[in-house]
Order: sequence, then structure tokens, then C-alpha cells
Amino acid sequence: MRKTVFLGTVAAASMVAGIGMADTLADVKARGELNCGVNTGLAGFAAPDANGNWTGFDVAICKAVAAAVLGDPSKVKYVPTTGQTRFTALSSGEVDVLARNSTWTFSRDTDLRLDFVGVNYYDGQGFMVRKDLGVTSAKELEGATICIQTGTTTELNLADYFRANNMNYQPVNIDSNAEGEQQYMAGACDAYTTDASGLAATRAAFADPENHIILPEIISKEPLGPAVRHGDSNWGDIVRWTLYALIAAEEYGITSKNIEELAKSSQNPEVQRLLGTTDNLGAMIGLDAEWAKRAILASGNYGEIFAANIGEQTPIGLARGLNAQWTQGGLMYAMPFR
Amino acid sequence: MSETHAQTVAFVRDTMLAPEPPPVAESGAVKWLRENLFSGPVNTVLTLLGVAIIWFLVSHFWDWFAHSVWNASSLNECRQIIIETWGEGARGACFAVIRERWNQYMFGFYPSALYWRPTMAFGLMFVALAPVLFSESLKIRRTVLVVTAVVTLWAMVQLNAPGAWLVFAAIVLVGGLAISERHVSWLLIFSVLYPLLGVWFLWGGSLWGPIMVLVGPLLGWAAWTLVGRFSALLATVAAIVVTLLWWLMFASRAAADAEGLLSLAIPFVRSDQFGGFLLAITIGVAGIALSLPLGIILALARRSDMFLIKSMAVIFIEFIRGVPLIALLFVASLLLNYFLPPSTNFDIILRVIIMVTLFSAAYMAEVIRGGLAALPRGQYEAADALGLDYWKAQRLIVLPQALKISIPGIVSTFIGMFKDTTLVTFVGLYEPLKSMSDAVRANIAWKGIYWEPFIFVGFIFFIICFGMSRYSMYLERRLRRDHR
Amino acid sequence: MADVSAPAEPPFRLSMLIYDRRYRSMTFQVIVFILVMAAAWWLVNNTIRNLAVLGKDFNFGFLFQRAGYDIPQTPIPYTSDDTHLRATIVGLLNTLIVSILGCIAATVLGVAVGVARLSNNWLFARLMTVFVEAFRNMPLLLWILIIYAIFTEILPPPNAYRGEDATASMIFFDNVALTNRYTAIPTLAMTNDPGSLDLGARITFNWATIAFVVVLVGGWFVRRAILAWAQRVQDATGLRPRTWVMNLAVMTVPSLFLIFWFGLHLEAPELRGFNFTGGINVQNGLVALWLALTLYTAAFIAEIVRAGILAVSKGQTEAAFALGLRPRRTMKLVILPQALRVIIPPLISQYLNLTKNSSLAIAVGYMDLRGTLGGTTLNQTGRELEAIVLMMAIYWALSMIISAGMNIFNARVKLKER
Repeated sequence: MRKTVFLGTVAAASMVAGIGMADTLADVKARGELNCGVNTGLAGFAAPDANGNWTGFDVAICKAVAAAVLGDPSKVKYVPTTGQTRFTALSSGEVDVLARNSTWTFSRDTDLRLDFVGVNYYDGQGFMVRKDLGVTSAKELEGATICIQTGTTTELNLADYFRANNMNYQPVNIDSNAEGEQQYMAGACDAYTTDASGLAATRAAFADPENHIILPEIISKEPLGPAVRHGDSNWGDIVRWTLYALIAAEEYGITSKNIEELAKSSQNPEVQRLLGTTDNLGAMIGLDAEWAKRAILASGNYGEIFAANIGEQTPIGLARGLNAQWTQGGLMYAMPFR
Repeated sequence: MSETHAQTVAFVRDTMLAPEPPPVAESGAVKWLRENLFSGPVNTVLTLLGVAIIWFLVSHFWDWFAHSVWNASSLNECRQIIIETWGEGARGACFAVIRERWNQYMFGFYPSALYWRPTMAFGLMFVALAPVLFSESLKIRRTVLVVTAVVTLWAMVQLNAPGAWLVFAAIVLVGGLAISERHVSWLLIFSVLYPLLGVWFLWGGSLWGPIMVLVGPLLGWAAWTLVGRFSALLATVAAIVVTLLWWLMFASRAAADAEGLLSLAIPFVRSDQFGGFLLAITIGVAGIALSLPLGIILALARRSDMFLIKSMAVIFIEFIRGVPLIALLFVASLLLNYFLPPSTNFDIILRVIIMVTLFSAAYMAEVIRGGLAALPRGQYEAADALGLDYWKAQRLIVLPQALKISIPGIVSTFIGMFKDTTLVTFVGLYEPLKSMSDAVRANIAWKGIYWEPFIFVGFIFFIICFGMSRYSMYLERRLRRDHR
Repeated sequence: MADVSAPAEPPFRLSMLIYDRRYRSMTFQVIVFILVMAAAWWLVNNTIRNLAVLGKDFNFGFLFQRAGYDIPQTPIPYTSDDTHLRATIVGLLNTLIVSILGCIAATVLGVAVGVARLSNNWLFARLMTVFVEAFRNMPLLLWILIIYAIFTEILPPPNAYRGEDATASMIFFDNVALTNRYTAIPTLAMTNDPGSLDLGARITFNWATIAFVVVLVGGWFVRRAILAWAQRVQDATGLRPRTWVMNLAVMTVPSLFLIFWFGLHLEAPELRGFNFTGGINVQNGLVALWLALTLYTAAFIAEIVRAGILAVSKGQTEAAFALGLRPRRTMKLVILPQALRVIIPPLISQYLNLTKNSSLAIAVGYMDLRGTLGGTTLNQTGRELEAIVLMMAIYWALSMIISAGMNIFNARVKLKER
């Protein structure tokens, strides 16, 4: 069901045709563009450069989905969302996919009517402090002032952690990562808490990273993943299996470099199914046979995306850790393509 | 008598003395100082206080300002240059960030090849405003239009505008100047067309869209003249119905068909690429243009004798005035999609403009209501005595005078609204003050730069708002003279 | 006399609804009303359908769930175990605190600046003009951010107060510490604490506070009685007894007595661990927001005051002088009452603006109503429709209360027209 609202003043130019609640795939195809909700600016995960081109780990998911569905990874409209507006943007239909390092929790999955389709980054909440404070454990933060981003699960975890350990703290509420860094650098808070990946990225960008340490305690599980609206299972399947395609590709050694060659020559039946050489898996989710191939070509397999945006070679410098393939001792485990 | 006296006087001055200079304390700089700065103990204290404030500001900020660096590619490079030039420990401002990110502050993420389009739209806006704002004085109008023409054309050349568009802009600007010399009211036609043109320049796409929008009222007018022979009231209804029908049912299809026959399209720019001052000015100007007519209608409704109309206007105005703009912006970003049919969804900028318009329309309505109330009762009675009906009386007698009285209030509402465009940062739009500066700081090269972007953005806002307020004061004085 | 009978009423015809002016306005109103109601119904209907599509409902039950987040500055006791409702009330109180403090400070500063702009001191008047123009022509958000940034970037962190070679020192006889997190001010302590009155819901009032309020209010009534007595004596004898000594005594002696009785003294904050403890730590968010709101609104109030004073014609002053009134009494009896008539109505809208502008607290992390109900609560529960509707309703009620209160005041100072 599509409708076009026409308002005389701002003419057709600024109008975007409607989004059906029931059939997101048809709407995305009709629109020729994927609306993807991303962070307003978090280095490594999603940030616009000076020309407005978006890059990052989350952005790569958007590109892969767009490539799978529309055949072109550039057909994405990035909708910057704040911590406050992200879930509403999804449920109101403003975005089709929310790839904004959001934590998969029970209440979000049920009460907020979202469907998390998978996990693209296993994270946990940590603390960063200045070395000269002499603090070596989060347990020593009694009475400390702690910078915390409002509207995130970290805010709740922090309250729970200090309550559970019977400690006091003074929160300083901030509303963006940039502001958090500013406050922390100026010494307006003793500790900065957010996802460990964010801390690492923040610390890496400091002029003097050696003077700051990340405390060993990880106080929560933060499985970050893309989410879609509840109630459109087919669209959820598409996003979920696009993510799995990226993860599986790494497992089978399919990279953006060798993909064409493997598509022709690979004898591995799983690879053949994934790349659409045999069996038309795509038809089962309303796409064509080569959907996964295009998704992988968009910015490479999961490992390539990780390495290019947040890996050890980048300024962010994150190790794979939990996010290694299950074969390497990590948690990244794509369901079988069969 | 006098002669005898004259002989008794021992000495008579027969030459005039040169006048003595007044005492030092009563002349020149000293007198001025005494009268204006040290006329009493309280005044002396105030003067010393003022001097202390100035001294505090200068001593703390002067060296920082004086050591400005305008040419560097990162904050570290800036600091390096400052230390090299003014020695170890010197402080200095790094305005290089403005130089490097100038385009981003001005245009956001607008495609750089098309920067000339918003520039041209902004320049042409002054031509459209000339008959409205600058109609009082030929001299001012001439100055404004000449300066606009020169600056716009220069900027367009700098931004590599295509030749054909340069010629177009030159024709409109110079033509506008020529027309405004003689018949400034003719330019009103351009003022009416400008909103559609401006939208087209900014967003691009097909010109047929705006044209088809314009066709609506034309069809309505045709219907009005046709039906008008039978009944004036039916004609009004017919005009409204025809216009709305055209807009809602046929306009977009007709535009698409016409585009198929003859393409009049320029590259389309999406709203999410708007940012910086382009975004602030777009929201501001659109809000201003839309809120004025809405405000007039609301003000008339609030002063109406009809109970239902009046109560609805009062409820609307008081509701909007009672809640903060930021709450309305959240309605725009979070709730508006709930209020519209399940499958509709439109642009966040458009939603924000709608909310900003409603917000300032409520304030505008109160300002105009003040103007209506200030009008002497005799004016209303005279209009009635002439046998004018309600709308004619409003259009010919009441509103022209009431609006003139309200100009200062209207302008200060505009200024307030323009300043409030910075609040769109809270719904994730890249306005210049916070979002854009945060985006600049997200880059490692400019991490930790705070004061310079604040000062720059504040300075631009100050120029625009101060200019508007001064012009309104001038206009106010001028209009008052007309009344005498 | 010939009977002049009224012409017969023409029978009512349907077309009169359109052509007869008496009925036309009725028709018009009904049509517009129906259209507006239809539009409202359309919006509500859409909302219901959208909620159904999303599988959400509209209920305020979330207000009674556990909030789970902490708030930096709480006027009433609050922990993360409390409900969202209590968090909302904390937010509302925070809004009220900053608004009331802001209104008071802005009025004082605004009046001072407004008068100073009219001063014949050339330098000072110019300086005030610069102040007014700077604050009126730049966005409030800019001032909030700048002032907050000044606090964070320029003031020292608490540990700068530590140790032998501390780089910062406390001011006001070691009572106040300015840090880049908060301003640590001393708290009022009592050696003879009378205990507290428990109002339930963990809201308590110290008996000492109640005693002070009672004494001060009582003193004010006694003072009124004294003044009335003085007036009676003056009316009867023509001589006004000297009252200020008695007034002063009535207002101060009981309070002083209470101070000694309770052993009231200041307890200075002390640096312990990471932060100052023992005093009250006023968050910089609050101070920065309050300062920015004050300066910004004061600039507008200054203009209003200036316009109000200029609106009183010079003849009024001259007439007062001619009557032999001294300048102070001229100001009090002649100029001020007339200027106030011009000043009060725009002043009301400035107070309303300040209250509404306090919702920018989000920019400095001060948890006001917008930060709790419209921020974290909204975000953690996902109840945006309910939260925003409730938030707007509260703000609207606040505005209505302020304007109602001020309108009563306005009616009292208004020129009684005959």
C-alpha cells in the first residue's frame, strides 16, 4: 500500500513516497533506495566525511543490504539518528534498517517492537580512567564522577553495577560521544564509561593514549546488531541472512578479491549455494540468486569490513576478540546456508 | 546724567579684551569626561567598573585573538605555528578550522558542484523581498539590489556556476533593479513566484513540479470567474475545491507526464544533504514565509465575533505558546508519523518546517492581534460606513495599517525563530552551531577545538539578527513619520 | 396614534443560511468547526491505526515501573530503584528550580541593565548596549554551550585542590570550591537538630525549616500591623511614629533566636576521595544553564524596562517635582506605577520564555523534565507518544499557572480606568 502525500509548498522534490508497514521489501524496491538509520557520528562505526560520504562498520551493513536488495551498494539514504530518536525512526517507518550499534535486549526486542536480526559486534561496557588516578579496578571508583551517555543501556548498567556493589557515584550526563570525550579530557569526570569498543576508539584518538587505561572490568554484555521492525518477517530474514552471508563468507574464505573466481570454480557446495551458483536460495527470500554475492562485494566479507573500519590497522585498533569466527575461538557463527 | 558720570570715572576701557578660554574643567575633553563619566560618585564608580570590565576582557582575550592562525590543516599544526611565531607558551586562536571547513559550515553536505544554486537562490531572495521590505525608500532599495547583484554574481563565478545560469541570475538581478527604479510593485509578481523558484533551486528535480503547483491556484481562479457569475459564495467554494483537487489528485501525475514530454530537470539534491547555515536559513526563511499568512488568519480568527472560530484560535495559540519549541520538534521527529496515515512518511526537514511554522505562527498571531487592537476604532467604523464587506475592509483598510504597526514585533518574532533554528540539532539535523561543530570535531585533525567554531557561528548569527533588528528599527521610524 | 406594527418576519428559507448575514456567520462557523473536528478525528484515527499496526497501546502504566537510571541532582530523594513517575517529578522540580532562580536573577539584572542603559554615564551605557545586543542577537543555545564550556575548560578539576602544592584554592574563607564539575558550597548544619516532618514518599521537611518559615511569615504580618498602626496614629495626630526599629526587630530577632537555638552553622565541603563531600555540590550544568538563561533573558528584560521608563512622559516627572516630591518618592509614586503598566505584560512572556527555554538543559546534561520524562524515560520505555503528550501537558500547565499568576499581579498594578 503506497500513498503519496502532496504538499503544495515544498513540491514533489522533497517528498519521499510512503513506506508500507507490511512489505518493506516491495517498498524498498519501489523506492529504489534503502533508508538506513545510523549514528550521527561515531568514528569507525558510522560517520560522514567532509563530503557527506558515510563510512564505518555499521554503514557496511547498510551497503550490503542495499547491494543484496537493490543491486547497488550506493543506493542508501543514511538517516542520522540520535540515541533518542533511533527506535522511533525505525518503528515509524522512517528507516528500513537500524544499524546503529544498538544493544539487543529483551525489552527492546519485545516491548519496543523491534526485531534484532543478529549480532555484528559483541561488546561489553567498560571504564576508562587517567593513569595518574592510581585506580586499577572499577571497584575502586567509590564516590567518583562518571561521564555517561544518556538514553543508552550503559546508563542502566552503570546504575545497576554501582548499586550491586553498594557504591556511590555522581553521573555526568552527556548526549554524544564527542561531548563525553571533551568532558573526560577536561577532567570534568574521573571515569568515562561506554562500550569497550567505543572506549578503545576514543583512547586511540587521544594525543597521549599511554596516560589513560581501560579498567579490566567489563560490567555488561552488549551484543550490538542491526534491527528491523517487528512484524515483517521476510524483511527481517533478508537483513539477517545478509549479515550471515558476510560472516559465512569469511568462514569459507570468500573475499571481495576472489569472489568472482570462487563463484565460477569453487567445488564447495556451501560456497556454491551461498554465491548462487547452485540452488536459488535468493528466491526463498524474494531476491535473485546472486544477492549474497553482491552483498559480499559491497565492502567485503565480515573480516574485511572489520579490518577496514575498526581493525588493528586502523586508528581505532580493535582486536577481533569475541568477534572472531567460531573456528578461531570467537562467537561469530553464521547459520548454515542450506 | 551720563555725561557727568562719564567724567567721574577714572578709567574707561576702549578696546575689547580677547575672550578668556573657558576653565579647563568646562571645555573640551575634560568637560566631556566630567559630564559623561565622572559627574558624581555613583557615576565615577560605574565608570571605573566599566573600565575594569573592558580591561578584564582585553587582557584575557586580546593575545588569544591577536595570535590567530588562519592557515593550517589541523589543530596540532595550528599550535605548532603559534609556538613558532609567538614563542613557547603563547596562546592563540585557530581560525584555520573555519577556513578549512567553510563550505561545510555554509552548505553542509550539499554537492560541491552545485553550491552556486543555494547561493543564487539566496541572492534572488532579495529581489523578491524588495517590493515587500524595501518599498519605502528608493535609495535603500537601490543600494541593497546593487550590492546583492554584485555579490551574488561574484560568488556564483567563484563557485563555477554554469554560464547559462549566470546569465539567468544576471538578468533577474539587473532586471529587478531596473524595474524597482520605476514600478517596484511590479516586482510583487516575482515575490509570489519566488517560493516555488527557491524550492526548485535548492532541491532541484523537475521544474514541472513547481509549475504544476502553481497551476492549482490558476485553475481555482478560472473556476472562481466561471462560477462567479452565479454566486459569489459558490465561486469561492469552487475555487478552493478545484485548487485542492488539483494539488492532491492531479498535480504530481501531470508534472511527471510533462517531464516525460519536455525535460526541465536539474540535478536533484536530497534533504539529508542540507546542513550548516544553508539548513538554518532554509528552515528560517520557509518558516517566516509560511507563518506570516497563518499568523494573520489566526489573529483575525481570534478577534472574530464568531464564538466557535474564536475559541478554536485561542486554544491553538495558547497551546502552542505554552509548550517549548523543543517539545514540538520532538513531535515532528517522533510523533508526526503517528498522526499521518500508516503508510506515509516524509522528509524530516519538511516536518521540522511545519512545526517551526506552527510555533512562530502562534507568536505572530499575538503580535498582529496587538497591531489590530492598536488601530483606532474609527478605522473599522469608517470601513463599515463605506459599505465594505468583512474581507474587503480587512484587505483595504485594516490589515495594511495593522501590519505596519506590528512590523517591529513581526521582525523580532522572525529573529527569535531564526535563532531557534539551532534547536534542530536535537532531532539529528546538521545545523551549524552544535551538530556541524561536533561533526568537525569528530575528525581527529580538529579534535578539541571549541571556541573558534562557537565564535564564528555566533558572529554570523549576530550579523544576520542585528541587521534585521536595525532595519526594523529604521522602518519603524520611517513609518511613524508617514503617519504624522 | 397609528399603530406601527413591525413588518412581518420573512419565513425562514434554507438559502438564508448563505445569504442572510445573521445566519451566514453561523453556517460558516459550523462548517469550519466540522472541518476542524474532522481533521482532529482523522489524526486520532491515524494514531490508533498506527498504534495497532505497531502492536502498541496507549497507557501510562510505564510511569509505575522501575526507572533504573540515576539523576545527578535530585531535590527530593531518588535512587535508580524508584519509579519513572518519581523521576518525572524530580525532573519537574529541577525545571522549576532553574526557572525560578532564572526569573529572579534575570529580573534583577534586567532592571539594573535597563536603568544603566539610560544612565548618563557614557561608557557604562555603551557597555550595557553591547551586552544587550550581544545576548539578544545570538542563539541561546550558543550561550549555554559557551558558558558550560568555560566552566569545563577553565575551572580546575577537584583534584587540583589536593595536597601541599595544590594549584587551586577555595574561596570565601575556604567555604566554596569552584571546580569543573560542580560548585561545592557549604551546607547548613545544626548542632541541635529538631528532626524532620515526614510527609511520606520519602519527602521530609526539617522542623527547623518550618520554624523559620513560620517566624518569617509571622514577622511579615506583624510588620503589616505595625505599619497600619503607624498610619492610624498619623491620621489621628499628623505625626508618623518611627517604625523602622520595630520592623527590623520583628523581622530579625526571632530568626536570630532560632539560629542560636538550633545551633545553625555552615559546614564547608571537604575533598575526600575523588570529590568534595560534606557540602552541597551544585552541578555545573545547573549553574551554566541558570547563568545563560539569566543573561539571555536579562537582555530582553532590560529592553522592556528601558522602553517602559521611556514611555512615561517627562511631564510626569516635572509635575511630581512641582508638587515637591523628592526624586525617590517621584520614582516610587509616579514613574514606577506608570512604567509597570507597560513593563508587566511583556515581562510575563519573558518569564514564560525562560521557563520554556529551560528545556535546553539537555545540552548541559542537567536533568530537567525534558531530560527525565522526555529523555531517558522515553528512551528506555519506548513510550514516545505517552511521554511527549504528558511532557507537553505539564509544560502547558506550568505556562498557564505562571501567566495566570502574573495576570493577577498585572490586574493589581493596572491603571484603574474609569
